[in-house]
Amino acid sequence: MLDVRGIDVAYGDVQVIWDVSFRVGQGEIVAMIGANGAGKSTIMRTVSGVLRPGKGGILLAGEAIHTVEPYGLIERGLAHVPEARRLFPEMTVEENLDMGSLRGRARKERARTKERVFSIFPRLSERRRQPSGTLSGGEQQMLAIGRGLMALPRLIMFDEPSLGLAPILVQDIFNVIRTVRDEGMTVLIVEQNVRQTLALCDRAYVLENGRITQEGAGADLLRDPHVKAAYLGV
Amino acid sequence: MKNNLAPLIVLAVLAALPLLGLNSYVMHILILSIMWTLAGMAWNLLGGYCGQVSFGHAAFFGMGAYSAGLIHLHLGASPWWGFLASLPVVALVALGMGSVVLRLRGPYFVLATLAIGEVLRITCENLTDFTKGTLGIMITRTWVEKTQYYYIILGLAALAFIVCRVIVHSRWGYYFVAIREDQDAAESLGIDTTRYKTIALTVSAMLTGLAGAFYTNYMGYIDPGVVFSLGEISILIIMVVMVGGVATEWGPALGAGIMVILAEYIRSLPLIGVAYQTMFGVLLIVIIIYLPNGLVGDWPVLKRKLLRRGAPA
Repeated sequence: MLDVRGIDVAYGDVQVIWDVSFRVGQGEIVAMIGANGAGKSTIMRTVSGVLRPGKGGILLAGEAIHTVEPYGLIERGLAHVPEARRLFPEMTVEENLDMGSLRGRARKERARTKERVFSIFPRLSERRRQPSGTLSGGEQQMLAIGRGLMALPRLIMFDEPSLGLAPILVQDIFNVIRTVRDEGMTVLIVEQNVRQTLALCDRAYVLENGRITQEGAGADLLRDPHVKAAYLGV
Repeated sequence: MKNNLAPLIVLAVLAALPLLGLNSYVMHILILSIMWTLAGMAWNLLGGYCGQVSFGHAAFFGMGAYSAGLIHLHLGASPWWGFLASLPVVALVALGMGSVVLRLRGPYFVLATLAIGEVLRITCENLTDFTKGTLGIMITRTWVEKTQYYYIILGLAALAFIVCRVIVHSRWGYYFVAIREDQDAAESLGIDTTRYKTIALTVSAMLTGLAGAFYTNYMGYIDPGVVFSLGEISILIIMVVMVGGVATEWGPALGAGIMVILAEYIRSLPLIGVAYQTMFGVLLIVIIIYLPNGLVGDWPVLKRKLLRRGAPA
């Protein structure tokens, strides 16, 4: 589904991503884990077109997307649930969801998709006329995910979905991500919450100082001595 | 239809006002207020809804004013054709300007627009063969009476009101607000942000240009220092919207009325009258602190405060 091939990414003269390659197969949940500053968000921003790779390429379902303008990606089936949610605070819950389905098929299916999102997150349905800025952190994260789903994407990317949430909510959000995959979407998730992420994902890549240093099944990485020492604190 | 009732009533009342036989000074104040309403609504589209704060709308006001002045000066045409002439001129300038300044964000955008307004003023002052420079352009006014001017500017403002209302409630309006609230998120949801910012800028500029073209016809004299003025045009437009209410439908009209009357009043005061721009500065600070959404936007807050004070203890 997503094929990232040997990308280098730099901010001006400072190169932060070195020859990174990874794949996300159809129907998989793939995680990218790593410490603060390892380059996880930079990779997300590159896949979603905000940054351009200096070298290498990115293919979505076989089509090169690293030259596509950011606004063109959603039509090609790539939705992004950004770090810190990035909702439109003065728009209502429902308007935020509508903003997720501006084009093509997503627009035609808007009413039906919205009902589905409300069935996944009944809380959002109760608050549909409320400005999103007045929601709690957990509700805002639900809305951000709902907005991503509204695009009917083939691949949905989650950037730090557990950020700033209470542990019990984190578990809820992770359950939703599993549901999303079960409904046929492919998932790429970037997280610092290593233990729960590895338990959730099918496969994971470990990113250190802008390079991929390990990859494997989530369950295997959970038992890996290096991962245990560096990320799980055991 | 209910939503169209209030504007129609306001329009009917305004249209009936001249029948009261108001004196020429009151008519002048009304005309200026409506002209600033027009400019304010134009600015509000870009600055209020789309979130791109321009300190350079004098560029468009001045271009509109000079479109009217120059076709009269060089072609001998009636300056009323300035309305038509200004539209393509201002639109082209806005498109060109947009391709440069809309790449910038936040304070950089503000500074770039401010600079462009000033660049156009200085250019206009120095192209003496073409614009007569600081001598300005004088035209013969069509009417001595104010009434005709009043109905013309009222018609233009009504047109702008409709244009803004249609845009704000259309898909474009939602895109503008999304861009204001979070440009990156808007982009990632499939909105071509550059394109929609350019649309907001161009429509805003064209409406502002109409106000400028009206100014020429109404005042009968323009010079670069007046119509491209940073303080008297660019900043006054912002004041009108800030005082009335950013991103509100009626804010510009209320703000324009207040600012025009206030300017007239302060200027007439002995001694401190000359410092009216200082007073405006103070007013702006007060507004930003206490009513950041303007009188219309913060009306619920204001009403609560007034009621609490008025209620028996």
